[in-house]
Amino acid sequence: MIKVEGLTKVFPGQTIPAVKDLNLEIKEGDVCVLVGPSGCGKTTTMKMINRLYEPTGGKVYIRGEDHMKIDPIKLRLDIGYVIQEIGLFPHMTIYENIATVPNEKKWPREKTKEKVEELMHLVGLDPEIFQNRYPTALSGGQRQRVGVARAMVSDPPIMLMDEPFGAVDPITRARLQNEFLRIQERMSKTIVFVTHDIDEAIKMSDTIAVMNEGELIQHDTPSDLLSAPADEFVANLVGRHRSIKRLHLIRVHEILKEVDRTEPLTEDAKKEEVEKQLEDSDLRTVIVVDRDNKLKGVIGASDLKRKAGEVAGDYCHEVSDTVTDDATLNDALSVMLECGVGYVAVVNEDEMYQGTITLGDLLNVVREDS
Amino acid sequence: MDQLLRMIVDLLMTLGNGTLLSTQNEARGDLRETIDWIIRRSDRILDLMVEHLWLVLFTLVIAIVVSVIVGIFISYYETLAQPVLGVCQVLMVIPSIAMLAFMVTIFGIGFTSGVVALVLYSLLPIVRNTYTGIRELDPAILESAKGMGMTERRILFKIKLPLARPVIMAGVRTAAVMMIGIAALAAYVGAGGLGELIFQGIGRGHRPMIIAGAIGVSIIAVAFDYILYYGEKRFSVEGRTREGN
Amino acid sequence: MFRTLWVWIGIPLIMIGIVAAMIIYSVNNPTDSIVERMLTYERVFRVIRQHASLLLISMTGATIVGVLGGIMLSRPSLYRAGRVVETIVNIGQTVPSIAILALFYTILGMGFRVAVFALFLYSILPILRNTFAGIDGVDYSIIEAARGMGMHPLRILTKIELPIAFPIIVAGFRTAIVINVGAATLATFIGGGGLGDLIVTGLAVRREMIILNGAALAALSAILLDYLIGKAEERVVKWS
Ligand SMILES: Nc1ncnc2c1ncn2[C@@H]1O[C@H](COP(=O)(O)OP(=O)(O)O)[C@@H](O)[C@H]1O
Ligand SMILES: [Mg+2]
Repeated sequence: MIKVEGLTKVFPGQTIPAVKDLNLEIKEGDVCVLVGPSGCGKTTTMKMINRLYEPTGGKVYIRGEDHMKIDPIKLRLDIGYVIQEIGLFPHMTIYENIATVPNEKKWPREKTKEKVEELMHLVGLDPEIFQNRYPTALSGGQRQRVGVARAMVSDPPIMLMDEPFGAVDPITRARLQNEFLRIQERMSKTIVFVTHDIDEAIKMSDTIAVMNEGELIQHDTPSDLLSAPADEFVANLVGRHRSIKRLHLIRVHEILKEVDRTEPLTEDAKKEEVEKQLEDSDLRTVIVVDRDNKLKGVIGASDLKRKAGEVAGDYCHEVSDTVTDDATLNDALSVMLECGVGYVAVVNEDEMYQGTITLGDLLNVVREDS
Repeated sequence: MDQLLRMIVDLLMTLGNGTLLSTQNEARGDLRETIDWIIRRSDRILDLMVEHLWLVLFTLVIAIVVSVIVGIFISYYETLAQPVLGVCQVLMVIPSIAMLAFMVTIFGIGFTSGVVALVLYSLLPIVRNTYTGIRELDPAILESAKGMGMTERRILFKIKLPLARPVIMAGVRTAAVMMIGIAALAAYVGAGGLGELIFQGIGRGHRPMIIAGAIGVSIIAVAFDYILYYGEKRFSVEGRTREGN
Repeated sequence: MFRTLWVWIGIPLIMIGIVAAMIIYSVNNPTDSIVERMLTYERVFRVIRQHASLLLISMTGATIVGVLGGIMLSRPSLYRAGRVVETIVNIGQTVPSIAILALFYTILGMGFRVAVFALFLYSILPILRNTFAGIDGVDYSIIEAARGMGMHPLRILTKIELPIAFPIIVAGFRTAIVINVGAATLATFIGGGGLGDLIVTGLAVRREMIILNGAALAALSAILLDYLIGKAEERVVKWS
């Protein structure tokens, strides 16, 4: 889909190239993450792809076509671009911001409206609330969502995203990342994604391109990159705790199949059942679900002592945090650490209980690996 | 629109045909004549220049004292700020010759009318900058000063005013440059200064006189602007630390 | 609704009404024969008309030239020239208006046209400078985002740069108009007519009634224009 050959950029007045002889091939529907320390030429590479910067040397092929032969305006209209600084237009409402490309393409008003509202829902901004606001009235995370929606609205087959989740706190960032992955699963766009955060790279990518000082060091799948770093630099970048980083790569549902754990109790379970399971279970906790298999709560030993009731549903207490089955093991680990317990319940999108994983399960994964 | 076009065409014609050609020749003569005249009358020009500067500096001192006090006052009495600044804005918007005329009807022809008009004019820039300079200080600084047990009086003199000084000085600069121009008009109501050359020159059709007056005033204005600009930098807190003393 | 009417029509009418009453009173009750001769409706209307033409012509021209010039200087190819022009403009603005008028008198002579021309040149400065500064101040990432999405340079100018710079351009226009009204009152010194005429006449014949009427009219025109533009300015920016 995108093929980069010997791409080089020397800025006027500089002698050292910002990007040097870069070769890269990105397959259709893949997410390729460019990662590397700040100043290594990631943004410059992106801007050469959509011709915001003219390359000093080398070629870029979009679907086999030399991109210098395509009219730059037309090229850019078909490549969604999320700029690092977000760059929302301060004098336009959120709606008008997202409708920029449709307006440039002179879409009929109805179609634009439909698409803008769809995109706002997609990135989790309620159009009713947000469409008439101005960017100054949004938080950093909300602005980045608008930036992503604005780039995606005309359904471009290719997206360039320059640190799209850079300006938000870690928690929001994780949420945006998961939303992004969910969207990408459905849309299957060809995406070049820039970040300087190796964890984000591992989590989001089909392939990772590691850059340093303008040069491509290694282009590989995340697990190959982790198991066989090309050189010292890559090894340092992925860090010494590579096995822990693998937690980013594995989804909860993948290990859920393998763990063998007692079934949860239903909310009408008797006290004896609860007591029995408390003793048997390695969790030292009993999971309670309702008749539809929705997670109802958990019962610990203290609950049993303190409040007695007829059935389990009466005295189980709610769990504050769960993970979805498409979350990574790393997400699961953070929830456990945050809640200070050794397990986390897994639910699916419809909040159906799927199982529980423990710290021990995670340890097994890490141990297997090393 | 039609009138505008005709005007521009007419103007270009006048410029092209007669005036420009004649002024080219005349200009050379003019320049000689002007220089001669300036040399011949350098005493009087210097006197007027000193008079002009005296008028401006004298007024500037009064203006600074009055305006800074007003500015401090409204920084404490928030509700008065908008009305006071509004009145100052109106005063500054009034055409200067109209303001001078009003003063003449009150104080008569002479120095006083000039001084009062100039002070009224310079209120806005200095009052506004004093007010905003104080208001926009980092609240954390003021809070920590209070926390250390400084009295409000000491906070004002030791913290607020020194920190707001660059902003206040910028207002003073604006006011001073404006005053130099208006002081030239004040000559018309008998306050003296370089304006006299301009008005007498126009009255008599005496070009060298007009040029001497107009250019003299302009030089003073540009020089004041420049001096105050660099003075501001040189003596500001930032300027000092940057030079490492 | 009522508030809007009051702000846009009520207050201006009150201001005009007060000055109008003053003029009517003065014309009908002249203190002596000199005032009677010098202060007539005909003359008042004539100087108002002159004043309005001075303003209208010079401001129209200055706005067109200033905005277009500012836009041109902000283009990347002329950007360096823009910085130089900015410095020149700043110095030009320091030169007092009376000096400008006087200098133009020595070059072009007396008359309405010379006054208009001088006012025109003088009023270009703030508009030009603010247009340039306003466009120059637009965050470059915003422009780059627009370019990256495939907007045409001309569309970027009209849809992004000018709207974002608009409040600053309007502020420049407001400054220009206040300076212009003030300078227009001086046009009378070089035979350009206008409201200054009454003031100067009044001072010459030492008749307070004439001076006051002239000064009140001049003050009214300036305050009214400044007030209206200020109110318009408040409505311009809904986004910050
Ligand atoms: N417009 C530009 N003009 C000159 N140098 C630039 C420009 N943009 C980037 N550079 C330089 O190119 C190098 C790579 O920058 P960039 O691609 O922005 O890095 P990254 O996005 O990886 O942090 C840096 O050394 C930067 O200083
Ligand atoms: Mg970057």
